[in-house]
Amino acid sequence: MASTFQRTLRFYEATIGKKALIAVTGAILVLYVVGHMIGNLQIYLGREALNAYAHKLHDLGPLLWLVRGFLLLAVVVHIVASIQLWLMNRAARPSRYVRQSWVKATFASRTMIVTGPILAAFIVYHVLHLTVGRFHPGFNHELDVYHNVVAGFRNVPTSVAYIVAMALLGYHVSHGAWSMFQSAGLHHPRYMPIVQKAAVALAIALFVGNISIPISILAGFIR
Amino acid sequence: MRIVLHIWRQKNGRSSGKMVRYELPDINSHMSFLEMLDVLNERLIEKGEDPVAFDHDCREGICGMCGFVINGTAHGPVRGTTVCQLHMRHFQDGEELYLEPWRAKAFPVIKDLMVDRGAFDRIIAAGGYVSVSTGSAPDGNAIPIPKDNAELSMDAAACIACGACVAACPNASAALFTAAKISHLALLPQGEPERHQRSLRMVAQANTEGFGACSNVGECEAVCPKKITLENIARMFRDYIGASWTRRPAGASRG
Repeated sequence: MASTFQRTLRFYEATIGKKALIAVTGAILVLYVVGHMIGNLQIYLGREALNAYAHKLHDLGPLLWLVRGFLLLAVVVHIVASIQLWLMNRAARPSRYVRQSWVKATFASRTMIVTGPILAAFIVYHVLHLTVGRFHPGFNHELDVYHNVVAGFRNVPTSVAYIVAMALLGYHVSHGAWSMFQSAGLHHPRYMPIVQKAAVALAIALFVGNISIPISILAGFIR
Repeated sequence: MRIVLHIWRQKNGRSSGKMVRYELPDINSHMSFLEMLDVLNERLIEKGEDPVAFDHDCREGICGMCGFVINGTAHGPVRGTTVCQLHMRHFQDGEELYLEPWRAKAFPVIKDLMVDRGAFDRIIAAGGYVSVSTGSAPDGNAIPIPKDNAELSMDAAACIACGACVAACPNASAALFTAAKISHLALLPQGEPERHQRSLRMVAQANTEGFGACSNVGECEAVCPKKITLENIARMFRDYIGASWTRRPAGASRG
Protein backbone atom coordinates (compact mmCIF):
# COMPACT_ATOMS: atom_id res chain seq x y z
CA MET A 1 0.00 0.00 0.00
CA ALA A 2 1.25 3.45 -0.89
CA SER A 3 2.72 5.19 2.13
CA THR A 4 1.48 8.60 3.22
CA PHE A 5 4.78 10.03 2.03
CA GLN A 6 4.36 8.57 -1.46
CA ARG A 7 0.77 9.77 -1.51
CA THR A 8 1.88 13.30 -0.57
CA LEU A 9 4.54 13.29 -3.28
CA ARG A 10 2.12 12.07 -5.92
CA PHE A 11 -0.45 14.65 -4.81
CA TYR A 12 2.13 17.42 -5.07
CA GLU A 13 3.23 16.23 -8.50
CA ALA A 14 -0.24 16.88 -9.96
CA THR A 15 -1.28 20.38 -10.95
CA ILE A 16 -4.39 20.14 -8.77
CA GLY A 17 -2.29 19.14 -5.77
CA LYS A 18 -0.04 22.17 -6.23
CA LYS A 19 -3.07 24.40 -6.58
CA ALA A 20 -4.56 23.01 -3.38
CA LEU A 21 -1.30 23.77 -1.56
CA ILE A 22 -1.19 27.28 -3.01
CA ALA A 23 -4.76 27.74 -1.77
CA VAL A 24 -4.05 26.49 1.76
CA THR A 25 -0.82 28.49 2.15
CA GLY A 26 -2.57 31.50 0.60
CA ALA A 27 -5.32 31.22 3.21
CA ILE A 28 -2.71 31.13 5.99
CA LEU A 29 -0.97 34.21 4.58
CA VAL A 30 -4.21 36.16 4.09
CA LEU A 31 -5.23 35.44 7.71
CA TYR A 32 -1.79 36.56 8.85
CA VAL A 33 -1.96 39.77 6.79
CA VAL A 34 -5.35 40.61 8.32
CA GLY A 35 -4.06 39.97 11.85
CA HIS A 36 -0.90 41.97 11.13
CA MET A 37 -2.96 44.95 9.96
CA ILE A 38 -5.28 44.85 12.97
CA GLY A 39 -2.24 44.74 15.25
CA ASN A 40 -0.60 47.67 13.47
CA LEU A 41 -3.74 49.79 13.54
CA GLN A 42 -3.17 50.04 17.31
CA ILE A 43 -0.84 52.88 16.34
CA TYR A 44 -4.01 55.03 16.44
CA LEU A 45 -4.37 54.17 20.17
CA GLY A 46 -1.04 55.88 20.88
CA ARG A 47 2.59 55.09 21.61
CA GLU A 48 1.96 53.04 24.78
CA ALA A 49 -0.65 50.77 23.22
CA LEU A 50 1.47 49.89 20.16
CA ASN A 51 4.66 49.37 22.16
CA ALA A 52 2.81 47.22 24.72
CA TYR A 53 1.52 45.07 21.85
CA ALA A 54 5.07 44.73 20.46
CA HIS A 55 6.40 43.71 23.88
CA LYS A 56 3.61 41.18 24.30
CA LEU A 57 4.58 39.55 20.97
CA HIS A 58 8.29 39.54 21.86
CA ASP A 59 7.57 37.99 25.25
CA LEU A 60 6.19 34.93 23.47
CA GLY A 61 9.84 33.90 22.97
CA PRO A 62 10.18 30.48 21.31
CA LEU A 63 6.51 30.50 20.31
CA LEU A 64 7.14 33.65 18.27
CA TRP A 65 9.91 31.86 16.36
CA LEU A 66 7.66 28.87 15.84
CA VAL A 67 5.02 31.11 14.26
CA ARG A 68 7.67 32.88 12.16
CA GLY A 69 9.01 29.53 10.96
CA PHE A 70 5.51 28.35 10.09
CA LEU A 71 4.80 31.53 8.10
CA LEU A 72 8.14 31.25 6.31
CA LEU A 73 7.33 27.65 5.36
CA ALA A 74 3.92 28.76 4.05
CA VAL A 75 5.56 31.52 1.97
CA VAL A 76 8.16 29.13 0.53
CA VAL A 77 5.58 26.47 -0.42
CA HIS A 78 3.29 29.16 -1.91
CA ILE A 79 6.11 30.56 -4.05
CA VAL A 80 7.74 27.29 -5.15
CA ALA A 81 4.44 25.67 -6.18
CA SER A 82 3.33 28.84 -7.99
CA ILE A 83 6.55 29.13 -9.97
CA GLN A 84 6.45 25.44 -10.93
CA LEU A 85 2.87 25.83 -12.18
CA TRP A 86 3.78 29.02 -14.02
CA LEU A 87 6.59 27.23 -15.88
CA MET A 88 4.21 24.38 -16.77
CA ASN A 89 1.58 26.84 -17.97
CA ARG A 90 4.07 28.70 -20.15
CA ALA A 91 5.15 25.44 -21.73
CA ALA A 92 1.50 24.57 -22.46
CA ARG A 93 1.15 27.63 -24.75
CA PRO A 94 4.40 27.76 -26.75
CA SER A 95 3.11 30.16 -29.42
CA ARG A 96 1.22 33.31 -28.46
CA TYR A 97 -1.85 34.70 -30.19
CA VAL A 98 -1.19 37.54 -32.65
CA ARG A 99 -4.34 39.18 -31.27
CA GLN A 100 -5.30 38.56 -27.66
CA SER A 101 -8.39 39.90 -25.93
CA TRP A 102 -10.01 39.03 -22.62
CA VAL A 103 -13.73 38.54 -22.08
CA LYS A 104 -13.88 38.00 -18.36
CA ALA A 105 -10.39 37.53 -16.92
CA THR A 106 -9.61 40.38 -14.51
CA PHE A 107 -6.34 42.31 -14.48
CA ALA A 108 -5.68 40.92 -10.99
CA SER A 109 -6.20 37.28 -12.05
CA ARG A 110 -3.82 37.57 -15.00
CA THR A 111 -1.05 39.31 -13.04
CA MET A 112 -0.76 37.04 -9.97
CA ILE A 113 2.66 35.90 -11.20
CA VAL A 114 3.77 39.57 -11.44
CA THR A 115 2.30 40.91 -8.19
CA GLY A 116 3.47 37.80 -6.28
CA PRO A 117 7.25 38.13 -6.77
CA ILE A 118 7.14 41.91 -6.19
CA LEU A 119 5.30 41.27 -2.91
CA ALA A 120 7.93 38.66 -1.96
CA ALA A 121 10.68 41.24 -2.54
CA PHE A 122 8.67 43.77 -0.54
CA ILE A 123 8.33 41.35 2.40
CA VAL A 124 12.13 40.94 2.52
CA TYR A 125 12.56 44.73 2.44
CA HIS A 126 9.80 45.24 5.03
CA VAL A 127 11.37 42.79 7.52
CA LEU A 128 14.82 44.36 7.03
CA HIS A 129 13.35 47.85 7.38
CA LEU A 130 11.03 47.64 10.40
CA THR A 131 12.12 44.43 12.16
CA VAL A 132 15.89 44.33 11.65
CA GLY A 133 16.37 48.08 11.23
CA ARG A 134 18.34 48.20 7.99
CA PHE A 135 17.81 51.13 5.57
CA HIS A 136 16.40 52.96 8.61
CA PRO A 137 18.73 55.67 9.99
CA GLY A 138 16.69 56.49 13.11
CA PHE A 139 16.00 52.88 14.15
CA ASN A 140 15.60 52.29 17.89
CA HIS A 141 16.65 48.77 18.88
CA GLU A 142 14.99 49.03 22.32
CA LEU A 143 11.67 47.92 20.80
CA ASP A 144 10.22 51.43 20.52
CA VAL A 145 8.08 50.29 17.60
CA TYR A 146 6.00 53.46 17.59
CA HIS A 147 9.10 55.59 17.08
CA ASN A 148 10.47 53.28 14.38
CA VAL A 149 7.25 53.35 12.38
CA VAL A 150 6.81 57.12 12.62
CA ALA A 151 10.47 57.89 11.84
CA GLY A 152 10.53 55.35 9.02
CA PHE A 153 7.42 56.65 7.26
CA ARG A 154 8.46 60.33 7.54
CA ASN A 155 10.74 59.43 4.65
CA VAL A 156 8.56 60.08 1.57
CA PRO A 157 10.14 57.52 -0.84
CA THR A 158 9.80 54.82 1.84
CA SER A 159 6.12 55.63 2.36
CA VAL A 160 5.49 55.65 -1.40
CA ALA A 161 7.16 52.24 -1.72
CA TYR A 162 4.90 50.86 1.02
CA ILE A 163 1.77 52.35 -0.56
CA VAL A 164 2.62 50.86 -3.98
CA ALA A 165 3.28 47.49 -2.36
CA MET A 166 -0.10 47.63 -0.61
CA ALA A 167 -1.84 48.36 -3.91
CA LEU A 168 -0.21 45.23 -5.34
CA LEU A 169 -1.24 43.29 -2.23
CA GLY A 170 -4.82 44.45 -2.82
CA TYR A 171 -4.76 43.14 -6.40
CA HIS A 172 -3.20 39.85 -5.34
CA VAL A 173 -5.75 39.30 -2.55
CA SER A 174 -8.74 40.37 -4.68
CA HIS A 175 -8.17 37.30 -6.87
CA GLY A 176 -6.45 35.01 -4.37
CA ALA A 177 -8.99 35.30 -1.56
CA TRP A 178 -11.81 33.79 -3.66
CA SER A 179 -9.58 31.66 -5.89
CA MET A 180 -8.45 29.66 -2.85
CA PHE A 181 -12.00 28.38 -2.32
CA GLN A 182 -12.31 27.34 -5.97
CA SER A 183 -8.92 25.58 -5.89
CA ALA A 184 -9.93 23.67 -2.78
CA GLY A 185 -13.08 22.53 -4.62
CA LEU A 186 -15.46 24.78 -2.69
CA HIS A 187 -17.88 26.37 -5.13
CA HIS A 188 -21.61 26.77 -4.88
CA PRO A 189 -23.55 29.16 -7.13
CA ARG A 190 -25.37 30.53 -4.09
CA TYR A 191 -22.22 31.47 -2.18
CA MET A 192 -19.55 32.04 -4.85
CA PRO A 193 -20.73 35.53 -5.89
CA ILE A 194 -20.69 36.54 -2.20
CA VAL A 195 -17.21 35.06 -1.73
CA GLN A 196 -15.97 36.97 -4.80
CA LYS A 197 -17.37 40.26 -3.56
CA ALA A 198 -15.98 39.59 -0.07
CA ALA A 199 -12.52 39.02 -1.59
CA VAL A 200 -12.62 42.44 -3.27
CA ALA A 201 -13.92 44.05 -0.06
CA LEU A 202 -11.11 42.40 1.90
CA ALA A 203 -8.54 43.61 -0.65
CA ILE A 204 -9.82 47.19 -0.38
CA ALA A 205 -9.91 47.00 3.44
CA LEU A 206 -6.29 45.77 3.51
CA PHE A 207 -5.19 48.51 1.12
CA VAL A 208 -7.00 51.37 2.92
CA GLY A 209 -6.18 50.15 6.43
CA ASN A 210 -2.48 49.67 5.74
CA ILE A 211 -1.81 52.82 3.73
CA SER A 212 -3.67 54.93 6.30
CA ILE A 213 -0.62 54.57 8.55
CA PRO A 214 2.07 56.12 6.28
CA ILE A 215 -0.45 58.71 5.06
CA SER A 216 -1.38 59.72 8.61
CA ILE A 217 2.29 60.02 9.47
CA LEU A 218 3.16 62.08 6.36
CA ALA A 219 0.11 64.30 6.96
CA GLY A 220 1.18 64.82 10.58
CA PHE A 221 -1.86 63.21 12.25
CA ILE A 222 0.49 60.76 13.93
CA ARG A 223 3.72 62.25 15.24
CA MET B 1 -20.62 44.35 -46.50
CA ARG B 2 -16.82 44.59 -46.76
CA ILE B 3 -14.68 42.38 -44.50
CA VAL B 4 -10.89 42.33 -44.19
CA LEU B 5 -9.46 39.05 -42.93
CA HIS B 6 -6.03 38.31 -41.51
CA ILE B 7 -5.80 34.52 -41.44
CA TRP B 8 -3.13 32.29 -39.94
CA ARG B 9 -1.72 30.28 -42.86
CA GLN B 10 0.43 27.29 -41.97
CA LYS B 11 1.22 24.60 -44.52
CA ASN B 12 1.58 21.74 -42.00
CA GLY B 13 2.64 20.88 -38.45
CA ARG B 14 6.34 21.25 -39.21
CA SER B 15 6.32 24.58 -41.01
CA SER B 16 6.00 27.95 -39.31
CA GLY B 17 2.91 29.99 -40.08
CA LYS B 18 2.16 33.64 -40.71
CA MET B 19 -0.84 35.95 -40.97
CA VAL B 20 -2.07 36.60 -44.53
CA ARG B 21 -4.46 39.41 -45.50
CA TYR B 22 -7.59 38.77 -47.61
CA GLU B 23 -10.26 41.24 -48.62
CA LEU B 24 -13.90 40.35 -49.26
CA PRO B 25 -15.81 43.35 -50.63
CA ASP B 26 -19.29 41.80 -51.02
CA ILE B 27 -20.29 39.69 -48.02
CA ASN B 28 -23.98 39.12 -47.28
CA SER B 29 -24.69 39.92 -43.63
CA HIS B 30 -26.98 36.86 -43.35
CA MET B 31 -24.09 34.50 -44.02
CA SER B 32 -22.64 32.48 -41.18
CA PHE B 33 -18.95 32.96 -40.47
CA LEU B 34 -18.14 29.64 -42.12
CA GLU B 35 -20.20 30.48 -45.22
CA MET B 36 -18.16 33.65 -45.50
CA LEU B 37 -15.00 31.50 -45.43
CA ASP B 38 -16.56 29.19 -48.06
CA VAL B 39 -16.90 32.23 -50.34
CA LEU B 40 -13.28 33.13 -49.72
CA ASN B 41 -12.16 29.56 -50.44
CA GLU B 42 -14.13 29.36 -53.72
CA ARG B 43 -12.36 32.50 -54.91
CA LEU B 44 -8.96 31.19 -53.78
CA ILE B 45 -9.58 27.94 -55.69
CA GLU B 46 -10.65 29.92 -58.82
CA LYS B 47 -7.39 31.83 -58.62
CA GLY B 48 -5.48 28.54 -58.24
CA GLU B 49 -4.46 29.30 -54.64
CA ASP B 50 -4.55 26.99 -51.64
CA PRO B 51 -7.91 27.31 -49.81
CA VAL B 52 -7.97 28.01 -46.05
CA ALA B 53 -8.31 24.77 -44.07
CA PHE B 54 -10.76 24.88 -41.15
CA ASP B 55 -12.69 22.20 -39.26
CA HIS B 56 -16.46 22.00 -39.52
CA ASP B 57 -19.18 19.39 -39.71
CA CYS B 58 -22.82 19.89 -38.63
CA ARG B 59 -22.86 23.71 -38.85
CA GLU B 60 -25.69 23.63 -36.30
CA GLY B 61 -23.58 24.38 -33.24
CA ILE B 62 -23.86 20.90 -31.76
CA CYS B 63 -21.04 18.74 -33.10
CA GLY B 64 -17.97 20.51 -31.71
CA MET B 65 -15.87 20.29 -34.87
CA CYS B 66 -15.61 23.96 -35.78
CA GLY B 67 -13.84 26.69 -33.89
CA PHE B 68 -11.01 29.16 -34.19
CA VAL B 69 -10.03 32.42 -32.54
CA ILE B 70 -11.49 35.67 -33.91
CA ASN B 71 -9.77 38.87 -32.74
CA GLY B 72 -8.38 37.10 -29.69
CA THR B 73 -11.65 35.49 -28.61
CA ALA B 74 -12.45 31.78 -29.14
CA HIS B 75 -15.57 31.37 -31.32
CA GLY B 76 -15.75 35.16 -31.77
CA PRO B 77 -17.58 37.97 -30.01
CA VAL B 78 -21.04 36.40 -29.42
CA ARG B 79 -21.39 34.46 -26.15
CA GLY B 80 -22.69 30.90 -26.04
CA THR B 81 -22.18 30.14 -29.72
CA THR B 82 -19.82 28.31 -32.04
CA VAL B 83 -18.33 29.99 -35.15
CA CYS B 84 -20.74 28.10 -37.43
CA GLN B 85 -23.68 29.75 -35.64
CA LEU B 86 -22.02 33.17 -35.64
CA HIS B 87 -23.41 35.43 -38.35
CA MET B 88 -21.77 38.27 -40.25
CA ARG B 89 -24.43 40.74 -39.04
CA HIS B 90 -22.59 40.82 -35.70
CA PHE B 91 -19.69 42.58 -37.41
CA GLN B 92 -19.28 46.10 -38.75
CA ASP B 93 -18.92 46.94 -42.43
CA GLY B 94 -15.21 47.22 -43.18
CA GLU B 95 -14.15 45.44 -39.99
CA GLU B 96 -10.72 43.79 -39.81
CA LEU B 97 -10.78 40.29 -38.31
CA TYR B 98 -7.80 38.23 -37.16
CA LEU B 99 -8.40 34.48 -37.41
CA GLU B 100 -6.03 32.13 -35.58
CA PRO B 101 -6.14 28.43 -34.68
CA TRP B 102 -6.51 27.20 -31.07
CA ARG B 103 -3.00 27.65 -29.68
CA ALA B 104 -1.81 24.98 -27.26
CA LYS B 105 1.10 22.58 -27.09
CA ALA B 106 -1.43 19.74 -26.74
CA PHE B 107 -3.31 20.87 -29.89
CA PRO B 108 -0.70 20.81 -32.68
CA VAL B 109 -1.70 22.68 -35.85
CA ILE B 110 -2.48 20.33 -38.75
CA LYS B 111 -2.96 23.11 -41.32
CA ASP B 112 -4.08 26.76 -41.16
CA LEU B 113 -6.99 26.95 -38.66
CA MET B 114 -7.17 23.19 -38.12
CA VAL B 115 -5.72 21.59 -35.00
CA ASP B 116 -5.38 18.01 -33.78
CA ARG B 117 -7.63 17.55 -30.73
CA GLY B 118 -6.71 13.89 -30.22
CA ALA B 119 -5.56 14.81 -26.72
CA PHE B 120 -9.23 15.20 -25.73
CA ASP B 121 -10.00 11.69 -27.01
CA ARG B 122 -7.16 10.28 -24.91
CA ILE B 123 -8.49 12.07 -21.79
CA ILE B 124 -11.90 10.45 -22.38
CA ALA B 125 -10.28 7.06 -23.02
CA ALA B 126 -8.46 7.38 -19.68
CA GLY B 127 -11.70 7.31 -17.68
CA GLY B 128 -14.58 9.23 -19.24
CA TYR B 129 -16.93 6.26 -19.34
CA VAL B 130 -19.00 3.96 -17.13
CA SER B 131 -18.33 0.23 -17.14
CA VAL B 132 -21.76 -1.34 -17.49
CA SER B 133 -22.72 -4.90 -18.19
CA THR B 134 -24.48 -5.13 -21.52
CA GLY B 135 -27.91 -6.70 -21.86
CA SER B 136 -31.44 -5.52 -22.32
CA ALA B 137 -32.20 -1.86 -21.68
CA PRO B 138 -32.84 -1.17 -17.97
CA ASP B 139 -36.33 -0.11 -16.88
CA GLY B 140 -36.95 3.62 -16.91
CA ASN B 141 -36.74 5.16 -13.41
CA ALA B 142 -35.38 1.91 -11.96
CA ILE B 143 -32.65 4.01 -10.36
CA PRO B 144 -34.01 7.13 -8.66
CA ILE B 145 -32.05 10.27 -9.60
CA PRO B 146 -32.75 13.65 -7.96
CA LYS B 147 -34.06 16.19 -10.49
CA ASP B 148 -31.30 18.71 -9.63
CA ASN B 149 -28.56 16.16 -10.26
CA ALA B 150 -30.12 15.11 -13.56
CA GLU B 151 -30.19 18.77 -14.66
CA LEU B 152 -26.63 19.52 -13.51
CA SER B 153 -25.39 16.36 -15.19
CA MET B 154 -27.14 17.32 -18.42
CA ASP B 155 -25.64 20.83 -18.25
CA ALA B 156 -22.15 19.30 -18.00
CA ALA B 157 -22.94 16.75 -20.73
CA ALA B 158 -23.70 19.63 -23.10
CA CYS B 159 -19.92 19.97 -23.60
CA ILE B 160 -19.19 19.33 -27.28
CA ALA B 161 -15.39 19.10 -26.78
CA CYS B 162 -14.69 21.89 -29.25
CA GLY B 163 -11.57 23.01 -27.36
CA ALA B 164 -12.48 26.69 -26.97
CA CYS B 165 -11.78 26.46 -23.21
CA VAL B 166 -8.18 25.42 -23.92
CA ALA B 167 -7.82 28.11 -26.58
CA ALA B 168 -9.11 30.87 -24.30
CA CYS B 169 -7.19 29.84 -21.18
CA PRO B 170 -3.98 31.86 -20.64
CA ASN B 171 -2.43 28.55 -19.50
CA ALA B 172 -3.94 26.37 -22.26
CA SER B 173 -5.55 24.31 -19.51
CA ALA B 174 -8.11 21.62 -20.29
CA ALA B 175 -9.69 21.98 -16.84
CA LEU B 176 -13.17 22.96 -18.06
CA PHE B 177 -13.37 20.14 -20.62
CA THR B 178 -12.04 17.51 -18.20
CA ALA B 179 -14.30 18.81 -15.42
CA ALA B 180 -17.40 18.67 -17.65
CA LYS B 181 -16.64 15.10 -18.67
CA ILE B 182 -15.98 14.09 -15.05
CA SER B 183 -19.05 15.94 -13.75
CA HIS B 184 -21.72 14.58 -16.06
CA LEU B 185 -20.88 11.06 -14.91
CA ALA B 186 -20.04 11.86 -11.28
CA LEU B 187 -23.47 13.44 -10.71
CA LEU B 188 -25.33 10.24 -11.63
CA PRO B 189 -25.58 6.98 -9.69
CA GLN B 190 -24.29 5.08 -12.74
CA GLY B 191 -21.05 7.06 -12.59
CA GLU B 192 -20.58 6.83 -8.84
CA PRO B 193 -18.71 3.46 -8.62
CA GLU B 194 -15.79 4.71 -10.74
CA ARG B 195 -15.89 8.31 -9.55
CA HIS B 196 -12.52 8.38 -7.77
CA GLN B 197 -10.61 6.33 -10.29
CA ARG B 198 -12.07 8.42 -13.11
CA SER B 199 -10.94 11.78 -11.70
CA LEU B 200 -7.42 10.49 -10.97
CA ARG B 201 -6.94 8.98 -14.43
CA MET B 202 -8.47 11.78 -16.50
CA VAL B 203 -6.59 14.52 -14.63
CA ALA B 204 -3.33 12.58 -14.94
CA GLN B 205 -3.93 12.15 -18.68
CA ALA B 206 -4.60 15.90 -19.11
CA ASN B 207 -1.27 16.62 -17.41
CA THR B 208 0.50 14.06 -19.59
CA GLU B 209 -0.91 15.64 -22.75
CA GLY B 210 0.78 18.93 -21.84
CA PHE B 211 -2.22 21.07 -20.93
CA GLY B 212 -1.54 23.78 -18.35
CA ALA B 213 -3.03 24.23 -14.88
CA CYS B 214 -6.21 26.13 -14.08
CA SER B 215 -5.64 29.52 -12.46
CA ASN B 216 -9.31 30.39 -11.99
CA VAL B 217 -9.37 33.36 -14.39
CA GLY B 218 -12.71 32.18 -15.82
CA GLU B 219 -11.95 32.90 -19.47
CA CYS B 220 -13.00 29.34 -20.44
CA GLU B 221 -16.46 29.74 -18.93
CA ALA B 222 -16.86 33.05 -20.79
CA VAL B 223 -16.16 31.63 -24.27
CA CYS B 224 -17.75 28.18 -23.86
CA PRO B 225 -20.44 27.78 -26.56
CA LYS B 226 -22.36 25.51 -24.16
CA LYS B 227 -21.84 27.80 -21.12
CA ILE B 228 -20.25 25.10 -18.96
CA THR B 229 -19.54 26.70 -15.57
CA LEU B 230 -16.53 26.90 -13.25
CA GLU B 231 -18.58 25.01 -10.67
CA ASN B 232 -17.70 21.86 -12.64
CA ILE B 233 -13.98 22.58 -12.23
CA ALA B 234 -14.45 22.89 -8.46
CA ARG B 235 -16.25 19.51 -8.50
CA MET B 236 -13.28 17.98 -10.35
CA PHE B 237 -10.86 19.48 -7.78
CA ARG B 238 -13.01 18.10 -4.96
CA ASP B 239 -13.14 14.63 -6.48
CA TYR B 240 -9.44 14.62 -7.28
CA ILE B 241 -8.35 15.85 -3.84
CA GLY B 242 -10.67 13.33 -2.15
CA ALA B 243 -9.52 10.49 -4.39
CA SER B 244 -5.83 11.29 -3.85
CA TRP B 245 -6.08 10.87 -0.09
CA THR B 246 -8.69 8.18 0.34
CA ARG B 247 -8.31 5.83 -2.62
CA ARG B 248 -7.41 2.27 -1.65
CA PRO B 249 -5.13 0.39 -4.04
CA ALA B 250 -6.43 -2.81 -5.58
CA GLY B 251 -6.29 -5.77 -3.21
CA ALA B 252 -6.12 -3.63 -0.06
CA SER B 253 -9.83 -3.45 0.59
CA ARG B 254 -9.36 -4.06 4.31
CA GLY B 255 -7.33 -0.85 4.46
